Amino acid sequence: MEIKKPAAAGTLESSDAQVMIEPGDGKIELSLQSSVMNQYGHQIKATILETLERLDVTSAKLTVVDKGALDCTLKARVECAVFRSCDASESNIPWGGAVR
Amino acid sequence: MIPRPRPERFRLRRTMMFMNAQKPGLIKDAYIYGCDSIMLDLEDAVAENQKDAARFSLYHALKTVDYGDTEVIVRINGLDTPHWQEDVRVCVAGGADGIRIAKCESAQDVKTVEAAVEAAEKEFGVEVGRTLLMAALESPKGIMNAYEICAASERMFGVAISGGDFRKCMQTTPQRDGVDMLVARGQMLIAARAAGIQCFDTVFTNLDDTEGFEAEVLQNKAMGFDGKSLINPKQIRFVHQVFAPTEKEIMQAEKILAAYREQSAAGVGVFTVDGKMIDIAFIPGAERTLKLARACGMWEGDLV
Amino acid sequence: MINAVGREIPDFLLTNGKEVYQGKNYMDGKYIQKASPRTRRYEKPQESKIVDSLVDALKACGAKSGMTFSFHHHLRDGDFVVNMVMKAAIEELGLDNLTIAASSLGSAHDPIADYIEQGKVVGIQTSGIRGRMGEVVSAGKLPTPAIIRSHGGRPRAIEGGEVHIDIAFIAAPTSDCVGNCRGIGGKSDCGSMGYAMTDAKYADHVVVVTDCLVDFPNMPASVEAIDVDAVVVVDSIGNPKKIASAAARISQNPRDLMMAENVAKVIASTPYFKDGFSFQTGVGGPSLAANLFLERYMDERKIKMGWAIGGICGPMVELLKKGKVGKVIDVQDFDLDAVRSINQTPNHFEMSASQYANPANKGAFVNKLDFVVLAALEIDTGFNVNVLTGSDGVLRGAPGGHPDTAAGSKVCIIVTPLVRGRMATVCEHVVTVTTPGDCVDVLVTDYGVAVNPLRPDLVECLDNAGIPHVSIEELKNKAYSLVGTPDDLQWEDKVVAVLEARDGTILDVVRKIKPYQLDG
Repeated sequence: MEIKKPAAAGTLESSDAQVMIEPGDGKIELSLQSSVMNQYGHQIKATILETLERLDVTSAKLTVVDKGALDCTLKARVECAVFRSCDASESNIPWGGAVR
Repeated sequence: MIPRPRPERFRLRRTMMFMNAQKPGLIKDAYIYGCDSIMLDLEDAVAENQKDAARFSLYHALKTVDYGDTEVIVRINGLDTPHWQEDVRVCVAGGADGIRIAKCESAQDVKTVEAAVEAAEKEFGVEVGRTLLMAALESPKGIMNAYEICAASERMFGVAISGGDFRKCMQTTPQRDGVDMLVARGQMLIAARAAGIQCFDTVFTNLDDTEGFEAEVLQNKAMGFDGKSLINPKQIRFVHQVFAPTEKEIMQAEKILAAYREQSAAGVGVFTVDGKMIDIAFIPGAERTLKLARACGMWEGDLV
Repeated sequence: MINAVGREIPDFLLTNGKEVYQGKNYMDGKYIQKASPRTRRYEKPQESKIVDSLVDALKACGAKSGMTFSFHHHLRDGDFVVNMVMKAAIEELGLDNLTIAASSLGSAHDPIADYIEQGKVVGIQTSGIRGRMGEVVSAGKLPTPAIIRSHGGRPRAIEGGEVHIDIAFIAAPTSDCVGNCRGIGGKSDCGSMGYAMTDAKYADHVVVVTDCLVDFPNMPASVEAIDVDAVVVVDSIGNPKKIASAAARISQNPRDLMMAENVAKVIASTPYFKDGFSFQTGVGGPSLAANLFLERYMDERKIKMGWAIGGICGPMVELLKKGKVGKVIDVQDFDLDAVRSINQTPNHFEMSASQYANPANKGAFVNKLDFVVLAALEIDTGFNVNVLTGSDGVLRGAPGGHPDTAAGSKVCIIVTPLVRGRMATVCEHVVTVTTPGDCVDVLVTDYGVAVNPLRPDLVECLDNAGIPHVSIEELKNKAYSLVGTPDDLQWEDKVVAVLEARDGTILDVVRKIKPYQLDG
């Protein structure tokens, strides 16, 4: 999927993550802040990158502010931001396919 | 991925608790409070411009959270919105046990949703017929068409009344003795029983009014409701208490079932228990009582 | 050397007779030689000990660089005194190399962090350490490790001479002109002054700091004039709103209530729950709510609580007034209801920290305690509890009376949610051991109850009462399945704080945290 315009999903509430995405320069750039960085920093980064890979996103700039979100929430926020950036988030989502 | 057990059309639904599908902090373990069903809400609890985000959250919540024995129903947006079709897709793909049709007014509404659900089941490789349906009646028209709605599909497991919207249409306000909703409740109950499905009462929103809440729950039980919708875990305990069978009812049910097993093995179809005439018509009720008693932690045994 | 809870204690700390933790009641039967302060004789009559300023008081007590100053924490987050005294000593008198030995320190003491960074304050001894001070100490800015002690361990260390207090500063809500202090009757009331009493008796010099001078004699005195060198009157010793909160309210949170109810069920299933039983609770959500459910069982079985101790707040005072508890013995007051009640309501008494929890005297109150209900930041599969370091390894808590009550009580119950946000409360190994597992009996979470295998008697009680329970490993696995298994924190070698067990042996150390590398 191609990131066409900046988009965001999620909030800064506890247990949530705010994900902001914009078109990239041919690679994935991730800036991550987390309230549980020491213990889950690597896992959070891995989850975000895996999700992007499943969605076939190869070029993007992401800024993620995590407030202790679980993996399922992180995935949901990243996916929503990606689909919103292509104006494709309202219908025909590949549930169980690229989104899983 | 947590595999979910197959949804059951007829099961214990004393308490059905609403949860906002968008609140990550809440839904991950809503089931620990022990309600029978939870209802993840894509409708009124989610802002208009966040419906898309709520679906992603819902999908992952359905797939990763372990709900144990608690049933998971999703309230989708009304048929008059542009959202409901994608809502149906995500519910089926995510493996929700059932879909609650908001603002249901006619049998056609049920059939429209059913068609979309079936299409989604085929699309996502889900066993056709697996996803159940329930209808929320929120308007006078809905109440008038209650029976046809209840009978509209094999997937229909129950019907509920939604007091907030209903009272607005009827130009009335919550009354202490329930008279504002009395007829609507009664009509819906009759329709549900005639169609053979379950019936649930509306939420009680004033969390500070314990007396009013308890009075309403007692009236619900007396009128014959199967359960009640809730908005807060602290309401669960009282509803479970009220809808639990009494000691007397349990003992009676035990006697009936034990006697029935004995007698029917000997080829006898009608017999007396404590001076009352019992035949096969009493058995489903006795079984239901004991199942309910077991679920309430009041009885253990292998009669049922 | 590895101690009895499996923690590695560096050898350089084991000098001067310091040992590693060897289990509960290790020091029982041994002897302690008590220290005595060197105090000035004031034979010539004085009408008043009031001096004009803190600087004058410091001078009158011969304050010098390198000294140890002590403080109590009854003014909690509203305290002004620690900062005022240190400012006078460092900025006006030019002293340095000072050690602060407080019963606890908190968010009100952020300015001390500056003095640590400037090298003016070189030693910290306390129960609690939070805010900027916690960050600065965790970053290794002190030349020697901070010493963390429980509420019972501190009086033991002072009485036994391990801590020599040069000048004790006693913030007093009211004082007369010669230093008789009370915790009520002023404009910054704190109620009990239990944590100040040992300081007053064992320090070489004692300075009373008050914002409310009252007529002589201020009786009954919590700190007596016979121990006081000087009295300083200031505009304000603290912010009343942060000293004693408005009445502590019982939580309405359904999760807290659910856990509280299970706590009460567990208590009621034990044989110690009989007429005249004793009880202590913390002030956290589920801990306090347990009072409510316990009352119902007491009513049902027609029994009364014999006595209660601890930090006291409104709900316990309520029970006293209703006649459902015989006596309340109070070392600290958390809210205004408790402050107004102490020494006013019949049978609401004050006690010192030593009477409360000192393991080295001839029997503190905790030794006769039946039940204690406490919280935890973390608890591991050995039932060891951490209430000091956060998940990021930074100091941000306090052992308080936790280790003392856990050790002394017949049943110690920890109540906590299984996870907090993305933090597993029940884990494989706690970051820091503040209460050893052999003192912790039952864990109640929102996902189930676990009983320490060291207490088969309690397992039987729960089974007989039909209370389901699981192993603590199961709870840990559930926690990790919800939030994911965390990476281990990475530490440098430098020791920034030493955790003393209540008997003075070393329970654990806190090291400097390594800065986190995401791409490493």
